[in-house]
Amino acid sequence: MRNPLSKQIVQIEPSGIRKFFDIVNEMEDAISLGVGEPDFDTPWHIREEGIFSLEKGRTFYTSNAGLKELKIEISRYLERRFHLSYDYNHEIMVTVGGSEAIDIAMRAMLDPGDEVLIPQPCYVSYVPCAALAGGKPVIIELKAENDFRLTAEEVLAAITPKTKLLVLPFPNNPTGSIMEKEDLEAVAKVVVDHDLFVISDEIYAELTFGDKTHVSIASLPGMWERTVTINGFSKAYAMTGWRLGYACAPKAILEQMLKIHQFAIMCAPTTSQYAAVEALRNGDNDVEKMREEYNGRRRYLLHRLREMGMECFEPYGAFYMFPCIKQYGMASEEFATKLLEAEKVAVVPGTAFGAGGEGFLRISYAYSLEDLKKALQRIENFLKTL
Amino acid sequence: MREKILTFIEKNSRIDIGELAIILGVDEASILNELAAMEREHVICGYHTLINWEKTGVEKVMAMIEVRVTPQRGMGFDKVAERIYNYPEVESVYLISGSFDFMVVLDGKTLREVSQFVSEKLSTLDSVLSTETNFILKKYKDHGTIMAEPPKDERMKIAP
Repeated sequence: MRNPLSKQIVQIEPSGIRKFFDIVNEMEDAISLGVGEPDFDTPWHIREEGIFSLEKGRTFYTSNAGLKELKIEISRYLERRFHLSYDYNHEIMVTVGGSEAIDIAMRAMLDPGDEVLIPQPCYVSYVPCAALAGGKPVIIELKAENDFRLTAEEVLAAITPKTKLLVLPFPNNPTGSIMEKEDLEAVAKVVVDHDLFVISDEIYAELTFGDKTHVSIASLPGMWERTVTINGFSKAYAMTGWRLGYACAPKAILEQMLKIHQFAIMCAPTTSQYAAVEALRNGDNDVEKMREEYNGRRRYLLHRLREMGMECFEPYGAFYMFPCIKQYGMASEEFATKLLEAEKVAVVPGTAFGAGGEGFLRISYAYSLEDLKKALQRIENFLKTL
Repeated sequence: MREKILTFIEKNSRIDIGELAIILGVDEASILNELAAMEREHVICGYHTLINWEKTGVEKVMAMIEVRVTPQRGMGFDKVAERIYNYPEVESVYLISGSFDFMVVLDGKTLREVSQFVSEKLSTLDSVLSTETNFILKKYKDHGTIMAEPPKDERMKIAP
């Protein structure tokens, strides 16, 4: 029999998080701080709207790009929150989570051999999606001393004549790092000078803390025309399981993305789209409440980690903390495994998000304060044994 | 800051003040000062415990009584309300817009105790015109808290 598999897909590494997942799942009584999704339920009025749409029998396909009402609401929302202006008719499409948007944006923009700059540590899908789209991922190692922000110099140093795309994953999973306006302006200049394009994954845009608010790179002069902005409902509205995101881009790019979406997906889930309309129309208070709650946990977690002697920069975005564990003389995976065995607390080794995550752990605070307290006590016990 | 403190302790009044200070990002002394001030000003009227009595062996009967009254000249409803709320078995009293005047929540030990209160004490007040007693059959949610067991965390334990 011939080999049924594609050489390209076989070469792609499975997600590094997988192995750890299998161990943790076996452990009944483990406390996990390893989850990358909100602990809140989707606000009831949003769920209710989904239920209502089912009762009304709205169980058909929507148009490929998504419900018109939803696209209009997305357009208003982006204007209102991030000063982004996208025409709902040709510049916005609704996708199956932000994940699909990442995939089809890469496929719509890359030719074989095009280089894609990917800052790491970062979410696990950019590298394989770039590779599957025929591109060549080029990693930029973000540095702890910059609080894992991306600098213009780093981008500059990675550019070659083949560079086409820059992935901008901020607020960042796993580090919690954000890019402020000045940071983005410096990067934008390099992008424009070298005629690059940007995929800006802004799924955590609503989760920035303190006086820091999220800035969309497409809102900077000269950037709108070279940016695909990706966002979604999972993190802001606690709607991960609804699988709903969106991509916004100039018509010429979006049209091509829409072709792939049309043939591979058809349309995003209809029930979720109706629920999302409600989220955008009446969900601001929910977002605010959850953000407040995350912010309190963020302060608490940071305080406790530093109190027990862990080195950690203050993250202003998403719901992760990325403490450094180099002082304990263990690799990330070893540390995480030992912590799990000794105290039954699961955190994710930084290496799951790229080699540059070595020496760090990702701790999620998408957990109730009580759970956090319990887990932190166990981590403290563990550190005392080292 | 008051609102932030109140919003938090309304749900959890037993939080350690040191922890609350970290969570709100302010210093402990200013929280203590605010708390003391709010207690003085009677903004904070008490720290109670939310109990699901159904899960204990203790028998409890609760009723919501709709009361229509004649307001007293010069005092409006307040004087009448006072005569009602001073009874210890009265859990709460609200002045209500609509077809009746007061909603009186009664917390008694037995059915007999509740009916005795209504027939002997409440109805016999001069200003009370009529009462309608509604017994509470089951409490689903109280003070913003759902009484049923909280659902388990059903998320996968590790996810990117």
